[in-house]
Amino acid sequence: MNRSLRPLLATALIFVLAYALAVLQHPNMLSTRVLGNLLTDNAFLGIAAVGMTFVILSGGIDLSVGAVIGFTTVLVATLIMWLNLHPLLAFGIALAVATTFGAVMGAAIHYLKVPSFIVTLAGMFLARGAASVLSPDSIGISHPFFEAISKSYVLLPGGGRLTVVGMIMVAVFLAAILLAHRTRFGSNVYALGGSETSAALMGVPVARTTIAIYALSSGLSGLAGVVFSMYTSAGYSLNALGVELDAIAAVVIGGTLLTGGYGFVAGTFIGVMLQGLVQTYIVFDGTLSSWWTKIVVGVLLFMFILLQRLVFQAGSRRN
Amino acid sequence: MSRPTIELRPSAQPPVPRPRPIVQFFTRPQVIALALVLAVNWALFPGFFTITWQDGRLFGSLIDVLNRGAPVAILAIGMTAVIATKGVDLSVGAVMAIAGAVAAVMVTSGVSAPIAVLSALAVGLMCGLWNGFLVTILNIQPIIATLVLMVAGRGLAQLITEGYIVTFTDPVLIFIGTGAFLGLPMPVVIALALMLAATFIVRRTALGLLIEAVGVNRSAARFAGLSANGFLLIVYAFAGFCAAVAGLIVAGDIRGADANNAGLWLELDAILAVVIGGTSLLGGRFSIPMAVLGAVIIQAMNTGILISGFSPEFNLVVKSAVIIVILVLQSPISARLMQKRPNRSTSSSTGASE
Repeated sequence: MNRSLRPLLATALIFVLAYALAVLQHPNMLSTRVLGNLLTDNAFLGIAAVGMTFVILSGGIDLSVGAVIGFTTVLVATLIMWLNLHPLLAFGIALAVATTFGAVMGAAIHYLKVPSFIVTLAGMFLARGAASVLSPDSIGISHPFFEAISKSYVLLPGGGRLTVVGMIMVAVFLAAILLAHRTRFGSNVYALGGSETSAALMGVPVARTTIAIYALSSGLSGLAGVVFSMYTSAGYSLNALGVELDAIAAVVIGGTLLTGGYGFVAGTFIGVMLQGLVQTYIVFDGTLSSWWTKIVVGVLLFMFILLQRLVFQAGSRRN
Repeated sequence: MSRPTIELRPSAQPPVPRPRPIVQFFTRPQVIALALVLAVNWALFPGFFTITWQDGRLFGSLIDVLNRGAPVAILAIGMTAVIATKGVDLSVGAVMAIAGAVAAVMVTSGVSAPIAVLSALAVGLMCGLWNGFLVTILNIQPIIATLVLMVAGRGLAQLITEGYIVTFTDPVLIFIGTGAFLGLPMPVVIALALMLAATFIVRRTALGLLIEAVGVNRSAARFAGLSANGFLLIVYAFAGFCAAVAGLIVAGDIRGADANNAGLWLELDAILAVVIGGTSLLGGRFSIPMAVLGAVIIQAMNTGILISGFSPEFNLVVKSAVIIVILVLQSPISARLMQKRPNRSTSSSTGASE
């Protein structure tokens, strides 16, 4: 067993344990319905977190994720409802806009030598502002194709529903795992995260990779926004407020080091599922207020960071 | 026989007259930016600079800018030292909520106001020490260590207020948020006092130098004999303290503790203010007055958009545009462009010390 996979295994184990504990308290949680809903409800977070994983693997951070999601929902709603475009065309345009936005941010980070924190912060303000300039109010989306997609699902054994939204999330994760571990781009990302100087000396095309990473992150946030608009059938500029922090939490819980260069996309998936599990548990419990979610996620985050610390310190001491 | 003389070779050029400090101050990009923003505000609203004296205090748009910008300025004062050590504190907004909640709950359950204020400040200090503990003892990266409190802190604040917005009528707390002292609003007075005290401590003692040393190169500082852990604990505790002060002001302003919204996203504005003020996110040299200036610039922008009649949605777009402009100005590319101009001060840098 590859030693570097150990933190990932630890994370997966903790998820299974947490799920088992939850099921002990609420046996109804052990059903494909809950699992199907977990996938659907957290699809937008999962897709955005995949993009965030690549950014963090390269040693940067992307604070604009939530804002791009919000902007994309408004753009999609505007294109469908006000310009009467077909939803697929609207999705395509929105994805193109989001990807270009990310590419511009990546270029600014590389050529202006500004920390990614600040550039993506500016991007976040810009995207939120553009969204509320486009439409300060919520726009409901009603289009036959849209409704058909948001309602279609595959029936799982046990009554669970795997919706289109959930399928997109799973597909994105699988594609991302392939991208990270089987392509040159993925190796370049890991190299950048390890050390930008070494990577440049090794011949990694730093500029191209940086721009591609942030374009990918914003593109995936755009996809998350498309998914969110399918999930809520509306576009609203204040959508997905704070999602970037949930995405960062998911990535960290999943075992990716914030310094970059180490981590797994699969870990992010577990991180997203854990957050969804906590929220589902609170819904099932019914007595806990929703702000307990925040405390629990904070505690989880802390525990995982400690765990990472211990695992890495143990590993390095052995050397 | 001539005595051996020590030959002092004069520099090839005559000594460059350095501009007087006051001129240097006014040519700094931040001051120019502030002047530009104020000028634009004045163009949009001719009454921008009018200040009147009524009921023992000053009134005017300029006073409003300072008043509304005081919480972010106070946050920026604490944030500057943290960023100077190559860290960041994302939890200050949540600590504001916690401090406001503590003060409000204590005051409504009969505790006297001074004790409530002191408790809120102590809670802020403890939150800061918690962050410092995570960063120093557990060696967790600052952005993640403070993220934990940022996420969990609002939940904690809501735990304290039990989910309600706790309103109070205590005159001391309300005075902190809305009172006036020597004609200036209390928040401005507090921010000014805190800025002067912090700048004094940091520049007149070795503390500033040591913090910069730790930030620039922690291992080199360690070899020089500095214990980084102590300084890190101090700066994070100070950031928590400043957040508590800001939280008290905000709570006093609305006469209640809103655990959900108090200080929401203000940490980002504070970081922005510090960066506009010229402190690099990579640690090192810092300037607290410049960070406060950065906060004033941000608030002047916000106010300008409000009084211009533009819908508040433009607020964010303009903010991002200004950030982008400042980023481009501060980036190495524009530094290189500036250097193409013949610059005498670079050639005399052999002897000049900064």
